[in-house]
Amino acid sequence: MRQPSLAHVLQPKWRTALQRLREERSGGTGKIVVLTVVALAFWAAVFGVLYRVLRYFRGVEELGPLLAGKLLGLVLLSFISILVLSNVITALSSFFLAKDLDLLVSAPVDWLRLYLAKLGETVVHSSWMVALMAVPILAAYGVSYGGGWGFAPYAVATLLPLFLLPAVIGAMLTLGLVNVFPARRTRDLLSIIALGTVAVMILLFRMVRPEQLARPEGFRNLLDYITVLRTPTSPWLPSEWATDAIMTWLRGGIDTLPLLLLWSTAAAFVTLGAMAHARLYATGYTRAQEGAERFIRGGFWRWSLRYVLAPLPVAKREFVLKDIRLFFRDTQQWSQLILLAVLVVVYLFNIKALPLFRGEQVPFFFVTLVSFLNLGLSGFVLASIAARFIFPAVSLEGRQMWLLRSSPLDLRALLWSKYWVGTIPLLVLALLLTGLTNVLLKVTPFMMVVSLTTICALTLAIAALALGFGALYPQFETENAAQIPTSFGGLVFMMSTIALLAAVIVALARPVSVYLQAHNAGETVSVDGAMIAWFAAAAGLCAAATIIPLRVGLRRMEQFEF
Amino acid sequence: MIRIDGLSKNYGSFVAVDHITLHVPRGALYGFLGPNGAGKTTTLRMIAGILRPTAGRVLLGGDDIHRDPLTAKRRLGYIPDRPFVYDKLTGAEFLRFVAGLYGQEGDRIERRMEELLEVFELSSWKDELVEAYSHGMRQKLIISSALIHRPECIVVDEPMVGLDPKAARLLKDIFRQFVEHGGTVLMSTHTLEVAEAMCDRIAIIQHGKIVASGTMPEIREQTATGHGVGLEELFLKLTGGVHAKELAAVLGDR
Repeated sequence: MRQPSLAHVLQPKWRTALQRLREERSGGTGKIVVLTVVALAFWAAVFGVLYRVLRYFRGVEELGPLLAGKLLGLVLLSFISILVLSNVITALSSFFLAKDLDLLVSAPVDWLRLYLAKLGETVVHSSWMVALMAVPILAAYGVSYGGGWGFAPYAVATLLPLFLLPAVIGAMLTLGLVNVFPARRTRDLLSIIALGTVAVMILLFRMVRPEQLARPEGFRNLLDYITVLRTPTSPWLPSEWATDAIMTWLRGGIDTLPLLLLWSTAAAFVTLGAMAHARLYATGYTRAQEGAERFIRGGFWRWSLRYVLAPLPVAKREFVLKDIRLFFRDTQQWSQLILLAVLVVVYLFNIKALPLFRGEQVPFFFVTLVSFLNLGLSGFVLASIAARFIFPAVSLEGRQMWLLRSSPLDLRALLWSKYWVGTIPLLVLALLLTGLTNVLLKVTPFMMVVSLTTICALTLAIAALALGFGALYPQFETENAAQIPTSFGGLVFMMSTIALLAAVIVALARPVSVYLQAHNAGETVSVDGAMIAWFAAAAGLCAAATIIPLRVGLRRMEQFEF
Repeated sequence: MIRIDGLSKNYGSFVAVDHITLHVPRGALYGFLGPNGAGKTTTLRMIAGILRPTAGRVLLGGDDIHRDPLTAKRRLGYIPDRPFVYDKLTGAEFLRFVAGLYGQEGDRIERRMEELLEVFELSSWKDELVEAYSHGMRQKLIISSALIHRPECIVVDEPMVGLDPKAARLLKDIFRQFVEHGGTVLMSTHTLEVAEAMCDRIAIIQHGKIVASGTMPEIREQTATGHGVGLEELFLKLTGGVHAKELAAVLGDR
């Protein structure tokens, strides 16, 4: 029998992608314009910063090219690390859990085509973001070193095997794991391992305090430093070969060895992967069909929660209980709390590491300024968390909306439950974050009260904005909660929240500066009409940003049709 | 009772349901038949208050589902054709959750839950996550959830899909007893034998319009067919069946 071509096997995928694109386009030009502007701004920012750094490096004799190469090596190494992690998780979905597998496995498609099709899918799904990120970085290298037009195809030829290798490794690792553990358990295990690794990496990176390396007293002598720079990080790493290939081109030469190494290694790995697939896929796929979790633990929590929620009306209580259960039973959801905890620790560590307390008297102005600006920064952190946990709340009900809409549940009760289930933990975090930073900064009681009150009001508003925009831009078809915040609606939510944060900070800047001036002049702070007006303006902004999104979201939900 | 007056649903220029009127009296089991894409599910979803009609109204026991949704929905149990439930809840938790949506809880609901799980042979699965359930078990769970609050009317879309013969028989008995106790059932199905054997009255929908409705003799009269003609022939006559010769040609073309 003639086998279908690889393009034919992949046809549903690219047709779906094209259709999605068409649907996006028909959604109006505004969306495309916003997305393009944001993407271009991001690219321009990355390009601009890197271009300046590279121009500076070019000006430094001897050290310059070495530093540029080292930087590229580091970037590519981090790309590979990220790619291996994301490929392991993507490969698990595309090779073992995807919905089209029943059809493909039962059809007379040979194993090699299935392997290559799924590998291709894995590469695209896991690498597109990194590939987009690589564009401005390599463009900055190409422009600042005069790589010429030929540099673009050359860079693509260098990076392709670099993207392929982690995908093959990811697919092989997954294949091995699925043959040992059931697929759903493997997914849980992997998401915890992946997040744990990222968390440890972030912690380690922060704890070594890289900012100290920028201080001249950090180096014993220049020669040591150059020696370190000249040594390749590891001659066995493909990222090092890619760096060599790119830097040689930029210096005006062509070295075929690194390219050859990259492509031959990629080809060898694809072959190895295919061999492993031929041997292990059938048993792995069978095991992947088993193993949904069956048993439920946690009686203590169940009863204590019921007790705490007892005063609520039954519909609201059951809804809150349901949301909490679903969150803590979904490993992909709760495991993100690990990352969150690490980010909070790093945040506090950064505040502690600020060069404000160096023995001498702490400059009062700086402490107040940092504590004030910290409001905006904590607000941004809270917005990112809300985007991840509160924004998808309405979308995640999509498949069960038949039940909610056909029952006499008041949608206000639904929105109410979703709002408080998201807001209360966010509020606790906000108070901890702001309170602890203020304690670390040793701020005055006035600033403590102002910042705690503001962050409370902001949190209420941020949660409402997340829920409101989540209802305005629902993603009912997405099964993976992690993909929902990266949608257009998520972007609009983040932009609106940043605007709110800016507006509130501007409103509060006046009273805080009056306070600072009075404090500097040694006078007592007088609370006058203007100060009250500014505080009222900030409160009004937060109140509006709380009430309006919830109302708009409710109205939108009443119009949902399924 | 369920009453539909001039109900329509348009998707842009496409008319999915075209001005249909239907009365399902108390104590009746009403079959709602039609070929794929005729507008059955859209109609049932409008009755359940999930879809808003373009025109017309739906009354459940006298209450308008779109004007007074909370009161009307209390009377209703809806069973959809695709059983999407929360995978990470156990069967018992799901039933408690649904009862909560109808404002019910306590010992009465716990007893009712035990009864329903027992009847559908899900008792040993009640503390296991729904993600471990088979399609048929999910369907049984959803049917239990539609009955947990003791509704007056049941609107059910393709109830037999995925059920084993024993459960299908059980469901038929449940529906029959439900209407004998004064309940109302509106059921869409493709299984014509089931409809013929179970339903007191039948409506056939084609291209969004009701083309025939009433008891079997009434439909025979409307379609001018003889006394012994079964529902299958009537259905095919009204909706246009595939000719046997054409079928043979398709199957023989190798």
